[in-house]
Amino acid sequence: MGKADSVFEVIGPIMIGPSSSHTAAAVRIGQISLAVMGEPVVEAIIQLHGSYALTGKGHGTDKAIIAGLLGYDAADERIKKSLAIAKEQGMKVKFQNVDLGEDYHPNTLRLLIAGTSGTHFEITAVSVGGGNISIIEINGLPIYLSGEYHTLITIHNDRPGIVAKASSLIAQSKVNISTMHVSRQRRGGLAAMAVEMDQPLPPSVISELEDQAQIVRIIPPIY
Amino acid sequence: MKQLIRLAGRQKKCIGDIVLAVEAEQEDESPSTIRGQMVISWEVMKLALERGITEDIRSVSGLSGGDAKLLFSREPKFLSSEVSNAVARALGVAEVNASMGRIVACPTAGSCGIVPAALLLAKEKLELDEAAIIKALFTAAGIGIVCSLNASISGAEGGCQAECGVAAAMAAGALTELAGGSPTMVGHAVALTLSNMLGLVCDPVAGLVEVPCVLRNGGALMQALLGADLALTGIKSRIPVDEVIGAMREVGEALPESLRETSLGGLANTPTGVRLRRKLA
Repeated sequence: MGKADSVFEVIGPIMIGPSSSHTAAAVRIGQISLAVMGEPVVEAIIQLHGSYALTGKGHGTDKAIIAGLLGYDAADERIKKSLAIAKEQGMKVKFQNVDLGEDYHPNTLRLLIAGTSGTHFEITAVSVGGGNISIIEINGLPIYLSGEYHTLITIHNDRPGIVAKASSLIAQSKVNISTMHVSRQRRGGLAAMAVEMDQPLPPSVISELEDQAQIVRIIPPIY
Repeated sequence: MKQLIRLAGRQKKCIGDIVLAVEAEQEDESPSTIRGQMVISWEVMKLALERGITEDIRSVSGLSGGDAKLLFSREPKFLSSEVSNAVARALGVAEVNASMGRIVACPTAGSCGIVPAALLLAKEKLELDEAAIIKALFTAAGIGIVCSLNASISGAEGGCQAECGVAAAMAAGALTELAGGSPTMVGHAVALTLSNMLGLVCDPVAGLVEVPCVLRNGGALMQALLGADLALTGIKSRIPVDEVIGAMREVGEALPESLRETSLGGLANTPTGVRLRRKLA
C-alpha cells in the first residue's frame, strides 16, 4: 500500500464494505472498465485470479465489479443488489476462477466485456491495496493507469506521429502530464498509450486524434 | 508526531486545527471546503453507528453480525454501561462493513468502528457539539498520517497493529484533545495506546474481514479509552511517541507473512478456522 499523506486517505474512502482491496477497488475497476468501453456493457465475463478467486465471494467482489460496470461508485448502497439489477437490465454476467500465472499480482481481475454496439474489450486490473488499483492491460497490450487522474487512452497502429501529436495537443491545452505509458505488440503492430494528467482535456482532443487511432478515450478521475 | 505537537504548542492551537490548515494548503482548497468533506464523512459514520446497534445485521458469509445489537441491549457485568455501549457501537460499525453496508475506512475498512464509536462516546459524555467532533476527526487523521508515513496502516504490511492499533491511537489522541488534554498529552495517549497494541497480528478467518476483525474493533476501542485516560491523568509514555511508531514499523516488518493478512496463520490456521474456510470456499 502506498503511504497515506492526506486526511481523506486516512479517514476515507466512504465505501461499501467489507474490504477496501476486494470491494471498493473492484467497484473502481468496474467503473474504469465502463469508461473505457464508452457505452453500456451488455455482457461481462469476469475472471478472478489469486486471492480474488479464493475470497472474492465473501468480500462481495462479484457484486462490486458488476456495480462498477453498471456505473455505481464505491459508496453506492445498490452494490449489494447489483447482480439482481444487472439481470433485470439484461446484462449477461459470468464469473470464472482462473490462474493467470505467477507473474500476476494475487489480486488480479480480468474483464471480458461487450458493449451495446458489439465492441469488445479485455481489461486486466490489479488491486494494489487500500482501494487503489492499476489497469495493467487493455486488449492484451500492457498499459498503466491508476484511475486517479484525468486519463487519455488510445489504441492505435504503431507508427510515428501519434504520441507527438497527443503530447502537443495536451501542451496546447495547457495540461500537465503526470505519467505516460506507451507499449506495442511488435513494431508496426497494435499499440496502446495512457497519459495521466493533472487537469481535464477538452473533448475536442478526441476528434483530433480519432483519425490516427482505433480507440480514443478521455476518462475523468474515478475515486 | 513530535513536530505536530511542537507546532500546536507554539501556535497555541490544537492538533486538529494544524492538520486542517496543512491539508487545506496541500490540496489547495479552502479550510471550509475540507471541513465540509469531513462533515460528510462524520454523517456516514453516524448512520453506520446507528444501523449497527438497531438493525439485524448478517454478513454474506454468516460469520458475523448480531453481536453489537445483543451487547447494546444487555447490562454489562464488569464494564460501565457507557463503555459497554461504546464497544457495542464499534462492533456495530464493523458488522455494517462486513454486511456490505456503507462505512468510512478509518484508517481501513477492517478497523472502521473504533474512531466513530470513541467520538460518539466523547460527544455524549462531554456534551460536545458537532464542530468539536469534526475538529477531533482532523486530530485523528493527523495521527493516522504520521503512522502511515513512518510505519504502515495496512494489515498486509504491518499486521492488525497497523489497522486496529493505529485506529486506537487515532481515537486515543482525539479523545485526549476533546477532554482538554494538551498536545503533549495527545502524544502520550498515542504512544501509550500503540504500545498496548504492538505485535497484534492480522489473521482473518477464511480471508474475510469478520473473525476476528469485528471483535478487535471493540478491543481496540477499550485500549483507546485506557490510553486517553492514562494520558489525561498525567501518565507519560517512557518511550517517546515517534519511537513507539518506529517500533510498530519494526515489529510489522518482523512479522512472518503468515500473520499479515494472508490467512495462513493465527486464528485463520486453527482447525476451526481451516474448517470454516473450506466450508465457505
